[in-house]
Amino acid sequence: MNRKWVVLWTAVAVVVAFAAGVGVFTSRSNQEARQAARTHGEALVRAHSPVFGNPAAKVTIVEFFDPACETCRVFYPIVKRMVNASFGQVRLVVRYAPLHQGSDTAVKILEAARQQGKYWEALERTLAAQPEWAAHHRPQPAMIWDLIGDLGLDMAKARADADGPAIDRLLRQDVADMQALKVDRTPGFFVNGTPLREFGEAQLRALVAQELDKAGAR
Amino acid sequence: MRRGVGDGQPAAFWAPLFVAWLLALLATAGALFLGEVMGKEPCLLCWYQRIAMFPLVLVLGVGLFTSDVHSVRYALPLAGVGWGISAYHLLVFFGVVSEGLVPCGKGSSCVDADVQVAGGVPIPLLSLAAFTGIVVALWAARGRARA
Repeated sequence: MNRKWVVLWTAVAVVVAFAAGVGVFTSRSNQEARQAARTHGEALVRAHSPVFGNPAAKVTIVEFFDPACETCRVFYPIVKRMVNASFGQVRLVVRYAPLHQGSDTAVKILEAARQQGKYWEALERTLAAQPEWAAHHRPQPAMIWDLIGDLGLDMAKARADADGPAIDRLLRQDVADMQALKVDRTPGFFVNGTPLREFGEAQLRALVAQELDKAGAR
Repeated sequence: MRRGVGDGQPAAFWAPLFVAWLLALLATAGALFLGEVMGKEPCLLCWYQRIAMFPLVLVLGVGLFTSDVHSVRYALPLAGVGWGISAYHLLVFFGVVSEGLVPCGKGSSCVDADVQVAGGVPIPLLSLAAFTGIVVALWAARGRARA
């Protein structure tokens, strides 16, 4: 055989094997993620988590969220609109996946604000100013205290709460659940327990629509 | 001068050159699979090894295509540098050399077993094996071209 063909066919064979490997790996990891969500169903929603929207909604979006993650920042208004446009059929449960350096501190500050009923205001300010405090080589989550300084919080209490055991326990539980559910990047979405495997806004909308149909909500 | 241009006469260096190219091709495909498909983020030392490995596929591929023995001359420095970095990485991985010598802190760790092991084999060991094979094959190709 012509040696040029040997080279070409070898290259083609490697490319085909690569593509086959991608297929096998993707379907296997999708399988594992679904399996993890099934066997650890209790890990998806905890009583301690912030809920946005109708608590009795038929469809629950669980978002594993990192306040320092840019994509989470982009998705926040998208998911908020989805919940608001659902007429009480869809709710969002926020879980924490502090994968970035400094994210744990940011989460603790947000949870401290939540104890005084200012969670969503604090969250929106934190996300709006994310480029300032969350630079990945030098995160300064303590800056969030200044961002939420005029929300009318009892700041002394909030600072004490942020370092307190209750919030620490909540964060540890979320991290443990994140690991059990094999969430390794944020935002990690589950809709009524089904993990969003192929990431994207359209895919998330499709999954929510599918679950709304299943729930007979449309 | 012995340069097998065309396919009429099988040049003696072609077979070892092919082996070197195949190793580079498989290593490149493997690195891309680990990084892009399995989501293992390459550490700094892994990137340097990739910089040495990826061009070998093209340099040796063109060399094979045109049966150009000179491609060995261009490939050997890349393979040599890659071999050195992968050997160093392996020493870092096994803790013989302290990681502090190289700023691995950014991105993923060059030591973390979670990131650095594929199917029970340390990735830097796979890399070192591939570079070793490539250097040996290129050496053989050079020897045969001279003979």
